[in-house]
Amino acid sequence: MEGGGEVTFYIVRRLLWTVVVVACVLAITFAVFYLLPAGDPALRFAGKNPTDAEIALIHHRLGLDRPWYIQFLKFVKNFFLGDKYGWPGLGYTYASGSSVKALIVARAPRTLLLIAGAAVLWLVTGVAIGVISAVKRRSLTDRLAMGFALFGISTPVFWLGLMALYIFWRQLGWTAGTGYVSPADNFGAFLSHMILPWIVLALLYAAFYARMTRNNLLETLGEDYIRTARAKGLSERSVIFKHGLRASLTPIVTMFGLDMALLVGGAVITESVFNLQGLGYLAINDALQQDLPVVLGVVLLASVAVALANLIVDILYAFIDPRVRYA
Amino acid sequence: MSAADERKLLDVRGLTVRFPTPDGVVQAVSDVSFSLSRGETLGVVGESGSGKSVSNLAIMGLLNRSRTTITGEVEFKERNLLTLSNDELRKVRGKEIAMVFQDPFACLHPMYRVGAQIAEAFSAHSDAGKKVAWTRAVELLDRVGIPNARSRARDYPHQFSGGMRQRAMIAMALVHNPAILICDEPTTALDVTVQAQILELIEDVKREFDIGVILVTHDLGVVAETANSVMVMYAGRIMEYGPARDVFAQPQHPYAWGLLDSMPTIDRRLSALVPIEGAPPSLLAPPSGCPFHPRCPYRFEPCPTERPPLVAPAPEAHLDACHLPWDKKVELGAERAKKVAA
Repeated sequence: MEGGGEVTFYIVRRLLWTVVVVACVLAITFAVFYLLPAGDPALRFAGKNPTDAEIALIHHRLGLDRPWYIQFLKFVKNFFLGDKYGWPGLGYTYASGSSVKALIVARAPRTLLLIAGAAVLWLVTGVAIGVISAVKRRSLTDRLAMGFALFGISTPVFWLGLMALYIFWRQLGWTAGTGYVSPADNFGAFLSHMILPWIVLALLYAAFYARMTRNNLLETLGEDYIRTARAKGLSERSVIFKHGLRASLTPIVTMFGLDMALLVGGAVITESVFNLQGLGYLAINDALQQDLPVVLGVVLLASVAVALANLIVDILYAFIDPRVRYA
Repeated sequence: MSAADERKLLDVRGLTVRFPTPDGVVQAVSDVSFSLSRGETLGVVGESGSGKSVSNLAIMGLLNRSRTTITGEVEFKERNLLTLSNDELRKVRGKEIAMVFQDPFACLHPMYRVGAQIAEAFSAHSDAGKKVAWTRAVELLDRVGIPNARSRARDYPHQFSGGMRQRAMIAMALVHNPAILICDEPTTALDVTVQAQILELIEDVKREFDIGVILVTHDLGVVAETANSVMVMYAGRIMEYGPARDVFAQPQHPYAWGLLDSMPTIDRRLSALVPIEGAPPSLLAPPSGCPFHPRCPYRFEPCPTERPPLVAPAPEAHLDACHLPWDKKVELGAERAKKVAA
């Protein structure tokens, strides 16, 4: 953190690396798609008993008659120069020929809002429970909290999701059921639809974060500088929050960034149980349909999210911990 | 009230600390009594685990009260610190009694600026604003000999050397002009050249602020240089306690002899050093009688069964806890002095 120039240089270098990483991920996705003997996507669209000529026609239409690297280069070219839906060009789905970008733009808010809501929940509850547990170590509160954490970590999301739906939607009628309503259309209905998925998704992470916070904080509270803080005559609140939690925060920030990013393509189960039809759901469905352009689009978004989250986490690191320097 | 009483700061009587553990009760400190006056440096010496640090942490109220049993009396300004509530004790800590710890590398928070940590110590007991606190921090950093204190206050601990960090710790301790400064092995983690500077600094601030200093160390050389009185601890108990001059000139306890004979000096060859046989006892089950008896070359029949009281064995002697008769001690002491001279 010596000078602004150094920081800018660091960020630019990291962004260039991000481009390299994303390109590699896409190339690997491409290669996997072509190397795995999963069958010919053209067969899905050719109707019953297609002739060789029909298949060849579909191949040509989808560009599947070209070698895979040509297709990849075409994908890259489209990406940078744009297609008829503008920049970045993500191509068209095999199934309907519609724009992949439009599809992703339509689905992304569902996943992003799911992640954002759940992240706030799990960060606040997880850290709060962890702090209480650490401060009241070995008390009944601590044991209950860690019992909750064990429950949260070991409960499968699909079961929890279904139970939540059964109880709060079918039996009690407190919330709306499956499906998604845009907050722009009806904010109340949006909340009512999202509250269960938020809680269900957050529970697992809250449990992890509670345990991580507790363990980090307990370790920190044993440090000599905590004794110094007490020797100064600081209040216990100051000792724990200002001195203890501050030092315990670094690994939590790291985890938080990566967890959020991974969920961009990885909240599939929650999306499925609550029928939110977000990005993860889209990716899985279209992977099964061998609709490569859609899969590539989601993979692109997810890998950019992970790479950027990594970068942001590293930059935050230097703000939280002055010992970290850009090197 | 005599003049000596007026200068008296701290009176510790029968301080006893017990840690209950799954393996039994650790008898960390047993029946420790001493006093400290303004302008006095009390050196507390002993091996690791002799209870010297624990007794000071107990005085500061830095031991977890729910997991420790502390009995006895620690009288400071007509109050018994051991009976104060946590909140009342907090107001004493850092304000009237301050502490400097052993490892300056671990004792400063790595994520806050050095100046901010000192300013925080000031704000803990003052309503004056942040600016005042910061100014005070810079002023003290300057006082303890940090060059360019104004800009160095903005540094993080990792940008400070070991000696500078210890200076910063001392600055932090002095922020409210405390009456007592407890230094727990303040030089152990430092280079020898820096050690001398830090000891000198502690002596300087003692004189300047007219405070009492408790200097905990296992280094007899450090005590010899700075202390006015010396307390030798072993297995959580005081073995010998008296004016530094007397303790060094005429040590009375066989454990003190052992400590002194195992200390290298400039005019003693390494081969002439005599280590104390055996190892310090476990505080889970300290020896009966005199705790030092299993390692003592002069033990006789009362030692394993009867605990010697801490008394002056003769009018001209200082306090020790040893069964040996006074004339025997004088004789052995003279013999020892002859050996050292030879």
